[in-house]
Amino acid sequence: MPLVLNEEQNMLRDSAKDFCTNSAPIAQFRQLRDDKIEAGFDQQTWQQMIELGWTGITVPEEFGGLGFGFLGLGVVLEECGRTLTASPLLSTAIGAAAIADGGSGEQKSALLPKVAEGELLLALAVEESAHHNPYGAATRAEKAGSTYQVTGKKTFVIDGNVADKLIVVARTSGNAGDRDGLTLLLVDRQSAGVTVTKTIMTDSRNAANISFDGANGELLGAEGNGADLLDRTLDVARILLSAEMLGGTQECFERTVEYLKVREQFGSPIGSFQGLQHRASVMFCEVEMSKSVVLEALSALDDPDDIAELASLAKTRLNDTFNLVSAESIQMHGGIGMTDEYDIGFFMKRSRVCEAAFGNSSFHRDRYATIQGY
Amino acid sequence: MNLDTFRAETREWLEANCPQSMRNNPFHFEDAHEVYSTDDAIVWRDRMAAKGWTAPTWPKAYGGGGMDYDTHRVFQEEMAAIKALPGATGMGLAMIGPTLMEYGTEEQRQRHIPKIITGEVTWCQGYSEPGSGSDLASLQTKAVLKDGKFVLNGQKIWTSGAQHADWMFALVRTDPNAAKHDGISFVLLDMHQSGVTIKPIPLISGSSPFCETFFDDAVALEEDLVSELNKGWSVGKRLLQYERSAAPSRAKKKGKPANPYALTAKEYIGEIDGKIADSEAREKIVKQTMLEKSMQLTVKRVFEESKSGKAPGATTSIFKLVGSTISKESSALQSELRGTAGAGWEGDSFTEKELDACRGWLRDRAVTIYGGTNEVQMNIISKRVLGLPDK
Repeated sequence: MPLVLNEEQNMLRDSAKDFCTNSAPIAQFRQLRDDKIEAGFDQQTWQQMIELGWTGITVPEEFGGLGFGFLGLGVVLEECGRTLTASPLLSTAIGAAAIADGGSGEQKSALLPKVAEGELLLALAVEESAHHNPYGAATRAEKAGSTYQVTGKKTFVIDGNVADKLIVVARTSGNAGDRDGLTLLLVDRQSAGVTVTKTIMTDSRNAANISFDGANGELLGAEGNGADLLDRTLDVARILLSAEMLGGTQECFERTVEYLKVREQFGSPIGSFQGLQHRASVMFCEVEMSKSVVLEALSALDDPDDIAELASLAKTRLNDTFNLVSAESIQMHGGIGMTDEYDIGFFMKRSRVCEAAFGNSSFHRDRYATIQGY
Repeated sequence: MNLDTFRAETREWLEANCPQSMRNNPFHFEDAHEVYSTDDAIVWRDRMAAKGWTAPTWPKAYGGGGMDYDTHRVFQEEMAAIKALPGATGMGLAMIGPTLMEYGTEEQRQRHIPKIITGEVTWCQGYSEPGSGSDLASLQTKAVLKDGKFVLNGQKIWTSGAQHADWMFALVRTDPNAAKHDGISFVLLDMHQSGVTIKPIPLISGSSPFCETFFDDAVALEEDLVSELNKGWSVGKRLLQYERSAAPSRAKKKGKPANPYALTAKEYIGEIDGKIADSEAREKIVKQTMLEKSMQLTVKRVFEESKSGKAPGATTSIFKLVGSTISKESSALQSELRGTAGAGWEGDSFTEKELDACRGWLRDRAVTIYGGTNEVQMNIISKRVLGLPDK
């Protein structure tokens, strides 16, 4: 498992950097927010991403994708993280991973080519409370002939307001909290019995509360045994989100270091003060270790490795590092960092939402210890 | 030779030649002298040295193993497979050898390197002085060149293993009038001479791995000046990079053994439903373990990058700072998790491991001080890597 990018991945990174910097800069994200664009992303930019092949990066070649793997998608997401580019790329890739890992041959042939072509957006509907709780589903799925009727409420469904299909974690038996009895279902967002309410989050990115009232669901994977597929899908989500967070962290850190060099107080650049230098160097160490962990975790996704430990490591590290760097960036920028006009605050808002998504550090430290047997 | 053949032959040779006592016996570097003084250790060293395997990647011309990258990796894997200790250890191999390879003259290399490889000569480092710790460049030990010899007067401190060393590499002031970084030279000198006096320093941990070294008209030969006169600072700094890159040994643990802190916690704290009963202790263990893993992956990343031909980047600058912090916290945690049993100083009321935990905790306070304090490491990162300005 090499911890370096190959030539293809480096080219992908360069092209993503070029695209995000020129076609989807932070200014575009600010405009989306100011204009309160309902879709939460720029359609034209999304079309260009599709044309660049990004929607097919992780889709296997036999289903019309590029088969570049998760490392490839990770470097793209990292660049999107730097420019805070809003798009349904991440949530759709997470959903596609669930279909690739748990779907029937028929489902894969029907859905994955559409994902690759950018015609199908997906979202994972797992949470029912304010804290990540993978097995906490109380949403019920009742078998009705060849399909299922889904009833319950989901919250914080990322891109749930734009996805064509939702992957809903429901329960066919047992009680909330049980690992057994979970079943994953595909539900059309626009079908009867589905009510979507977009939630306006601090990071101005898409999320929704969704209620299901006897909505029609199609089984994905095995009934009652969805937890394994869910675990794997969530680990994909955690690692890919960590890659995006790594981009945001680096950009935020680099902007702050630049500011330390130019802002003068007491007749000197503030970056000449040791009190700030040492804090900056601590952040540098954290960022460097974050790069290594994300790279290893992405590589592990491309191999049939046990990814649970690395997923929790990556998510914890990026939660903590993005939090540290984005909070320090405001403090080090001083008053100007508190203004809406200045971009640096966007990173802290994004960090806050990312931290809560798919498990905060306390969740993942507990999980890590449990996996290691203590 | 093809790698498979090399692997097979190496495996067979190691199995036949590595004494049992030199396997599966990790030690703290402060105990290296003791570990490498046994009869078995000397047999092992001589066998390895005869093949050049005490310095496997060094050129054969000086007695090294001459291994290329892939061969060396196979060699390391086979050594690790039987948990063999290296044939030799110490500052000769880790520090002055690589430095002479880079800055030494051909004559200096031929005179010094073969004896480092055979283990015939051991080395110590003369850097710090009583008034020059973090501010190393303010060092005052004077060296005056006279009739082909440098005459040294002054004092070094924190000289690791000076009491066992045959030779020293030292930074000395050769031009008292130049700016502080510009008047320093890098010299090598024989420790077995009347002008050199050594006094071990007892530490809070009860051990004395470091010494004071006094020079009263001690002599270094002119041919043992490394690089040019008054240009020693850059040599000394380069050598510290070897030291700093060697520092984070704890982070390199391989495989998936049971978590060592969890084992301690389960014994001394206990568990409830398979979880360590003290939730704060459990969290400390996870944080430490995750940090170790992150550092291990960073070492791996830098290694892979250098293998793929990328110049070693800024990442290595975090090794000493993070590595030493990890070591210090590791030892502290092993003492803390044992409660009062981890605070025993000596006597039969405590097991050997408990006493080690306490001594280790004290001993490893030093790792964030020596080889450049954490604060100096942060200055280096701020200025050299992040480019933050001076006042």
